[in-house]
Amino acid sequence: MRRTITRTVRLTGVSITTAAALALAGCGGAKVGADDDAAARSVDCGTVNLAVNPWVGYEANAAVIAYVAETELGCKVTKKDLKEEISWQGFGTGEVDAIVENWGHEDLKKKYIDEQKTAVAAGSTGVQGVIGWYVPPWMAQKYPDITDWKNLNKYASLFKTSESGGKGQLLDGDPSFVTNDEALVKNLKLNYKVVYAGSEPALIQAFRQAEAKKTPLMGYFYDPQWFLSELQLVKVNLPPYTQGCDADAEKVACDYPKYDLDKVVSKKFADANGPAYQLIKNFTWTNADQNVVAKYIAEDKMSPQDAAKKWVEANRDKVKAWLPKS
Amino acid sequence: MTTQTAASSRRAPARDAAPVITVRGLWKVFGPDPSRVPRSPELAALSRRELMARTGCTAAVREVAFDVAPGEVFVVMGLSGSGKSTLVRCLTRLVEPTAGEVVFEGEDILRADARRLRELRRRKFSMVFQHFGLLPYRRVLENVGYGLEIRGTGRAERVRRAMEVIELVGLDGYAHAYPDELSGGMQQRVGLARALAGDPDVLFFDEPFSALDPLIRRDMQNEVIRLHREVGKTMVFITHDLSEALKLGDRILIMRDGRMVQTGTGDELVGAPADDYVRDFVRDVPRADVLTLRWIMRPPRPGDVLDGPELSPDVVVRDAVRDVLAADRPVKVVADGELLGVVAAEQLLAVLAGPEPR
Amino acid sequence: MSATTTAVAGPPPVALRRRLNRPFAVGVVLAVWLVGWALLRGRDTLDLSPASLTPLHRWLNDVNDAVGASRTSSPVFRYVVNELRAAIDTLVVFLQGLIAEPSYGRPVPVLGWLGVIAVVAYAAWALGNWRVTVLAVGGFTLFGLQGLWQESMHTLALTLSAVGVSLLVGIPLGIWAGLSDRFHRLITPVLDFMQTMPTFVYLAPLTLLFMIGPASATIATLVYAMPPAIRLTAHGIRTVPPAALEATESLGATRRQALTTVLLPLAKRTIVLGVNQTIMAALSMATIAALIDAPGLGKTVIKALQTLDVGTAFNAGLAIVVMAVVLDRVTTAAGVRVQHPPRRRPGVRRLLLGGFGVATLVCCYLSYTYVWAAEFPTGVALGPELSRAAASVTTWAQDDLSGVTRPFKDVITVALLNPFQTLLTGSPWWLVAAVVVGIAALLGGVRVALVATVCVAALVGTGLWRDSMTTLAMTIVATVLVMALGLVVGVWMGRSPRADRVIRPVLDAAQTMPAFVYLIPFLALFAASRFTAIAAGVVFAAPVAIKIIADGIRAVPAATVEAATAAGSSSWQMITKVQLPMARQSLTLAANQGLIYVLSMVVVGGLVGAGALGYDVVAGFSQGELYGKGLAAGVAIVLLGIMLDRIARGAAQRSGGVPVGTPR
Repeated sequence: MRRTITRTVRLTGVSITTAAALALAGCGGAKVGADDDAAARSVDCGTVNLAVNPWVGYEANAAVIAYVAETELGCKVTKKDLKEEISWQGFGTGEVDAIVENWGHEDLKKKYIDEQKTAVAAGSTGVQGVIGWYVPPWMAQKYPDITDWKNLNKYASLFKTSESGGKGQLLDGDPSFVTNDEALVKNLKLNYKVVYAGSEPALIQAFRQAEAKKTPLMGYFYDPQWFLSELQLVKVNLPPYTQGCDADAEKVACDYPKYDLDKVVSKKFADANGPAYQLIKNFTWTNADQNVVAKYIAEDKMSPQDAAKKWVEANRDKVKAWLPKS
Repeated sequence: MTTQTAASSRRAPARDAAPVITVRGLWKVFGPDPSRVPRSPELAALSRRELMARTGCTAAVREVAFDVAPGEVFVVMGLSGSGKSTLVRCLTRLVEPTAGEVVFEGEDILRADARRLRELRRRKFSMVFQHFGLLPYRRVLENVGYGLEIRGTGRAERVRRAMEVIELVGLDGYAHAYPDELSGGMQQRVGLARALAGDPDVLFFDEPFSALDPLIRRDMQNEVIRLHREVGKTMVFITHDLSEALKLGDRILIMRDGRMVQTGTGDELVGAPADDYVRDFVRDVPRADVLTLRWIMRPPRPGDVLDGPELSPDVVVRDAVRDVLAADRPVKVVADGELLGVVAAEQLLAVLAGPEPR
Repeated sequence: MSATTTAVAGPPPVALRRRLNRPFAVGVVLAVWLVGWALLRGRDTLDLSPASLTPLHRWLNDVNDAVGASRTSSPVFRYVVNELRAAIDTLVVFLQGLIAEPSYGRPVPVLGWLGVIAVVAYAAWALGNWRVTVLAVGGFTLFGLQGLWQESMHTLALTLSAVGVSLLVGIPLGIWAGLSDRFHRLITPVLDFMQTMPTFVYLAPLTLLFMIGPASATIATLVYAMPPAIRLTAHGIRTVPPAALEATESLGATRRQALTTVLLPLAKRTIVLGVNQTIMAALSMATIAALIDAPGLGKTVIKALQTLDVGTAFNAGLAIVVMAVVLDRVTTAAGVRVQHPPRRRPGVRRLLLGGFGVATLVCCYLSYTYVWAAEFPTGVALGPELSRAAASVTTWAQDDLSGVTRPFKDVITVALLNPFQTLLTGSPWWLVAAVVVGIAALLGGVRVALVATVCVAALVGTGLWRDSMTTLAMTIVATVLVMALGLVVGVWMGRSPRADRVIRPVLDAAQTMPAFVYLIPFLALFAASRFTAIAAGVVFAAPVAIKIIADGIRAVPAATVEAATAAGSSSWQMITKVQLPMARQSLTLAANQGLIYVLSMVVVGGLVGAGALGYDVVAGFSQGELYGKGLAAGVAIVLLGIMLDRIARGAAQRSGGVPVGTPR
């Protein structure tokens, strides 16, 4: 019993001594908040809620806009990582101010711009979006005529997989993206079956493997996309797009239109007409510009801020043109 | 310690006083719409198997009636499935009876509302269970004081009383142990102490010792006898063990298939079994330990020499052996100065030789 | 054996005869199905292409829009939903400010790394023991070394808030379900629904109701995390030994007294297990919550996957696994402590509690005040190393193994999956429906057949019959693989404690590692295919089945094993004739849980090429016009789950096993 008490006292003593030692030892360092300049730089810009949709090209747009808004205009930028649907939904609830790379989405435009009137268009980003069917480069080399859709049936047997039930496989990706592929296969009388990979990583991985192992693959893809700078996929030419040839989704038999990737902002944000809105409205660059920043992020593993900083510092004149004139 | 000495040194129950518990026409039927069974004489008369086939009901207790006198140890005996455990639960309404009445100190407890019933359980009866039902996370002291705690007794008083009964049941020194640190027998002592702590009028025992080793069981039986002697509580004791019933019971109720077969003292059951079932039951009982002279004496015959020693009719046969064999003439059985009969060696030998083969 | 029984007992009773004939009857049903398929192939298969909708789907879209539109006008939103959101937001923001985010005008959170580690260590020691304390300190230090301190704290804050709210609501509901049979019957299907309904289905509406932010993330998490708390609390209450309860009742305890002095204390261990399961479930939602902007490790994983950066994703995934293991071991140790509290020398403990408490407070103060204790030092960085290692292993696997794995995939697909799927999707729907109901009736009886009928009818009603059958085929193949793995590894672990010690952490990792981290290499190994989806389901579900089977094998009484050894059994005989038959109940439970876990991966399968219901759900989440179809697909997954679960349970009950998961 006596021993127990002695031990207890000793243990308690040890722990308290340790605590005291810690307290003493710790008191040497710098104090929290000592070198913090708490004063916000500017007040007139306020907070911008930027939706960030989950692909790298978008991230590049958002990073550059956020960087400029913060450094040049003194805004506070809150980035919100959201899928497209939820971003648009955010216009209504007031939680999202801007979407800075929109691929078409006519249905959402109708719902939020025309019907709910919670969003307004804010012009083009200057980036051209191309959707189509692609094959890995080795195939284009080995079968040069594969890029013409008329020859696709000839090669159908090459594309057979465990998933395609005896036909050729056409691999589709993330269901967020607009696709007419089922109708195209049917209307162009192709001996193919659309297989849904279900996500962008699955699609990219499939192309990577196809090139590395020289296995046949044809899939839905799009440009700009950071992966194209790793592997230059080759587009298959479908019957050319003409105005209105895709009006009836059931009867489509032509290629996808070129998308003018644009920006959408919330009505409230546009009406306030602050400097951040002006910046977003003026923002425009090229596919090449976006690919550079996307490469910084995806391949060079830079943080979006660093990537944006690097690009902005090299392209001062382009940035100057976006800033509000006042 | 022999059965006889234990039984004879016990406090005598007050048979003539008003009964503590009176049970009349008690039924417990399990199954769909059970109350129709006791109401219909036709259904009530069916055998267990027929009743099951006709109604899907099982009658665990059928038309049971008995009285328990103050201070009596009343044993309900039967094999498993005979309904004895259900019966004892009906008495405290741990199982809700289907029909009948249970009068406790003049009050029909089947009419008691939930509050009154709780009050009765807290103050008037308590129960000892086959599987102890101790709370594993509480120490012995807290288990014993549990009943007092839920009736709102203050802590100091609770501890005082709990220590008192812990000592009474012979658990001194174990107050701060946890139940899983105790042997089965000791755990049951805790159960016993818990039942005694509230100072109830009646103690119910539901096969309390059947989960214990034989030696410990004997100790515990003696413990109950000792407690009964010391505190004189009325006890209703359920068992499937005839020797336990004979050892402890002032009176014994034998049940079979939910029905009462016979009620009586141990020597009545052995001496005058009501039917073959009971007879079969008591066949292996050492009769000399149970039967009294009353059961074996014969009327005096002409030619008997009637100046031998005198014995009471309630003396157990085994205790009379020495006297009878020592005397060279029949021993007189005398109560209140009246000669009831005589016992000679031949009567003794008939008992000691065991039951006649069937 | 049956001959002797017959000779002694006369003709077998009806029930016995029926059981003997049942496999035969099931065989007849299957044969009829095959013949029907051969004759009627391709008729009435209820196809629906991925882009088409039924009126029901359109109507669901309208409902969704109407709910969204009423957001500003309806009083339900103004008062109930908004208040709820505000309350949860407050809780999460408080926790984030405490450990994860600069707050109260400070450039750092209130508690820095030193304070958090001290508090975690103190809690692990006070609730558990020394061993888990060392584990917890090691684990949390690792987060810092990985360069993921802030992300980890965000995940921890969100997990703790979701778990807190889950327990606050779940334990009372669980107590109620434990006490009332009626409520138990009522809430069980609701819990089934909450656990099998894919999160993707309610993620978008949630953000509409509760806005984008911590409240939505918390609610999405707790919908999935709360059911175990309710179920296990109810289970704990229901399995309190009746002897203790009866004794209490005989002493005149009120219901409340019985609850507080008997039911809750005796159910405490099971309730702690419920807390443990709730924490695990909440952590498994970390990646999904990141899709609606929930900060933390999940976001790191999702971001890394946009560029297929497996290394970075693995680094963050590893942090989630480590956090899961730490929280699991600490709560498990707390559960053991609850059941067997140390009974010696409480005085010593009290003094130590005080002493360490003071030390913890000092650490908290230091981390509040000084920069070195607030921000994790960046000197040692394990993160990049881990990422690089994971990336090179992945590259090696992708490049060198896929030559073997792809043919393997093709064999399984052609030999097992395709025929089964063809049979299910190629037969007329009414034939499949009749077969399902018939098997349900044969295996489970009338009640189960009734449930199966309702489920089948509802599946037809969703308009996604063909997709449902495709998913069903994959689910059953995956469950068969899960059980095969479960038997082999589970028996091994059950018989060898050493194997158990080595394998168990691997199983924990497989269960908590975000699926996408290992799906990227899987995609390389098996391509975007149904098989990849099945593999994902197996990786996630097999650990549960393995653990349950191992426990079942271990629970076989030593006396039985001894007797069999004494009789000269070989190891094989021991396994097949003694241990497995005696663990039959565990096998049933393993199949049941394996099935549920496989179903919960259907949506993830949709992301890697499974198509069918999983893809429908993903598409519904991604495109507004497909929302209704996604919701219908979610419901179809729930229906498949309930149908298979009830048939399996019914069969287990009929064949003499105790009903799974429903004590008493």
